[in-house]
Amino acid sequence: MLSRTADSLYWLGRYSERAGNVARGLQASLRMASLGGALASAPQEWQSLVTAAGGREAFAAKHGAATGEAAIHWLALDTDNPSSIANCIEIGRRNARAVRTALTADMWEAINETWLEFRRMDGGTIQGDRLPAFLDWVKSRTLLFNGAAADTMLRGEAWRFTHLGTMLERADNTARLLDVRHAMFEPDAPQDAASHAQCQAVLRAVASLRAYQHVYRARLTPRLVADLLILKPELPRSLIACYRRVDQVMDRISADAGGRRGAANDIVAALHVRLQTAGIDAILEQGLHAFITEIIEINLRLGIQIADIYLHG
Amino acid sequence: MIIAVTDRPAPFDEMTEGAGTRAPYAGIARYLASAGEPLLQSKRREAEVLFRRIGITFAVYGEGGDPERLIPFDIIPRILGRGEWDRLAKGLEQRVRALNAFLADVYSQGRILDAGLIPRALVMENACYRREMVGIHPPRGVYSQIAGIDMVRTGPDAFYVLEDNCRTPSGVSYMLENREAMLRLFPDVCAAHRLLPVNTYPEELLETLKSIAPENCAGDPTVVLLTPGPYNSAYYEHSFLADEMGVELVEGTDLFVEDNIVLMKTTAGPKRVDVIYRRIDDEYLDPEVFLPDSTLGVAGLMRAYRAGNVALCNAPGAGIADDKAIYPFVPEMVRFYLNEEPLLANVPTYLCEREDERAYVLANLDKLVVKLTHGSGGYGMLIGPHSTPEQRADFAARIRARPHDYIAQPTLALSTVPTLVDSGIAPRHVDLRPFVLTGREVRIVPGGLTRVALREGSLVVNSSQGGGTKDTWVVEDDAPQSPGWSQGRSQDQSQGGG
Repeated sequence: MLSRTADSLYWLGRYSERAGNVARGLQASLRMASLGGALASAPQEWQSLVTAAGGREAFAAKHGAATGEAAIHWLALDTDNPSSIANCIEIGRRNARAVRTALTADMWEAINETWLEFRRMDGGTIQGDRLPAFLDWVKSRTLLFNGAAADTMLRGEAWRFTHLGTMLERADNTARLLDVRHAMFEPDAPQDAASHAQCQAVLRAVASLRAYQHVYRARLTPRLVADLLILKPELPRSLIACYRRVDQVMDRISADAGGRRGAANDIVAALHVRLQTAGIDAILEQGLHAFITEIIEINLRLGIQIADIYLHG
Repeated sequence: MIIAVTDRPAPFDEMTEGAGTRAPYAGIARYLASAGEPLLQSKRREAEVLFRRIGITFAVYGEGGDPERLIPFDIIPRILGRGEWDRLAKGLEQRVRALNAFLADVYSQGRILDAGLIPRALVMENACYRREMVGIHPPRGVYSQIAGIDMVRTGPDAFYVLEDNCRTPSGVSYMLENREAMLRLFPDVCAAHRLLPVNTYPEELLETLKSIAPENCAGDPTVVLLTPGPYNSAYYEHSFLADEMGVELVEGTDLFVEDNIVLMKTTAGPKRVDVIYRRIDDEYLDPEVFLPDSTLGVAGLMRAYRAGNVALCNAPGAGIADDKAIYPFVPEMVRFYLNEEPLLANVPTYLCEREDERAYVLANLDKLVVKLTHGSGGYGMLIGPHSTPEQRADFAARIRARPHDYIAQPTLALSTVPTLVDSGIAPRHVDLRPFVLTGREVRIVPGGLTRVALREGSLVVNSSQGGGTKDTWVVEDDAPQSPGWSQGRSQDQSQGGG
């Protein structure tokens, strides 16, 4: 496969996943902010979300303090924010258009229809009561894309690079969501109604509130939330589940490429082993912030190494 | 492109003949009469949704508005009978053979120039002539593997070649997608006709490209389609054709040249390329040879080509065969290289540099269209029937001063085909671009791109200027069958065989 094609598929996977993740994050924060001052500080909530999406400095330069209105616009529509939903849709489609021949008709139609519908929307789409419906729409479009890819793509190189992008992005998102709320995972953090609400918010942002109950059948505690999101292989958005897929896909990609391997293959294999052997208590003792910061750095390095061996020719 | 003008009140309509209907259109005429306009208008809207959803668009950047426009698609097909088509196809094959023979000749011996049939300066000093091609021998001596010949019609048996396109003709994806759209919108109407298929084109194209692989290519040739990228107006077509052929769609940055071998960057490392169907212009192909600041091409491509390590389709320099100043000589080429009489007529063209023809032009300026040989876009053109005596006097002086810069052609009454417009069904002018493939043999799928001038009375069919397209049908000459009838023929055949 052309390196440029692999590159576009990879970023298509990443941006499509990112659009859905930003929408889920917005939904969770919207809910937190609407709970009122007793359980959460709205400005802090919005600030966390902007930070998790990776745009803290650029947002501060443009808006100063985080208000709900500014944060929502920034995350949904602002083209100055490279990770806004608007940009994800635009960049995702641009990548798709560059490699149309590698996509199935169903995937292309899912992406193109999303782009066409989004272009017909106006600024009012994200205001007040219309915002929840918009976020549901974005989520459903990402689900449609993932479904079209899973159900119609030949399990060849094109699928693997798309899936690689999706999984790396998903891991990155889970890690960042945990990181911005790392204070609640400190061993001496108070366990109160506010921390309970925070647990809920984290789980909602990765569509895992129900999953938590099915796995633990227990009250929400930060320790178990961390355990679920980091170490439970059965949760599709946990770090270990994502990196297991990345590890497997990288092995297959290497086989497709006649055994061509690079640092990327070793980095992800080591990370996967590490997650398999880690225990949640050890991680929390070390400090969640330090652990997650390292994961995010590894993820970044992984992306660079993948590009180096496969995507840039 | 202004194709011609006419003051005649009633041009030839391809569907109607006096009060009757011409045979190939019998089925469609019945359908149009029975369907009623509301149904047709709803089919028209359905077609638009279909095209936009599939993403068949024509990119127009930098003009504001929607950057990806649809070329309007008219749901009423343009129909040719099998007999009409077969005569046309024979003529097209002959013409393209002659054009390729001309290209091979002017980049080697120049026999036709030695014979004095075409003025040497017209070729050698032409901006489309690529000296870099002298001494290169493309496989099978073919330069224009993919040619699009623009035809117009003025009567039942009167077809004219308006223009040859020997470089990178576009539009074939519309030929294919228009047919797909018709099959989806009108399955019954299509089934009631014995329609010759066009969907073999991508296979024929791939066969053609493989058949001209370099001689030193071992095994199955690796073919790629080289595109300028997603911002090119024909990008949809590039991706469509690559997809249909199952070949890589590459941009210049995906390729590099090492030891005069063209390689593409893949996830498994560099891979050798044997045949490049390039959809970028000559000037941008190789910054080492042509425009030095081109970022669309590949440095060293011409070295690899000259070394016989890669084939380029169409060959650089093929444009000399479709130049306006060369066009009047194509019938001569047919006689000279093939020793045959041309089957397809040129629009009669008077060369003002020839004394007798100049005299005719000067005496008939009010009836002719006068064009600059190297002009484009209608610049420097006199449309005789619409001109003033002052304009004619001005042109007469100019022609006398620089006769070799001018040609003149009569005005043509272009044919029309019924077309669905806002006000209902109305006749609109059309042209036709069939696609001719030349490799080991010449292949032409039965059909082509019909462009239609949607504005009343307009003769401008360009997609950038409000032109639309129609599906082009070639149907067997028997009367079209009504749907209930379609079993009849096979029964006859089985009885006959038993």
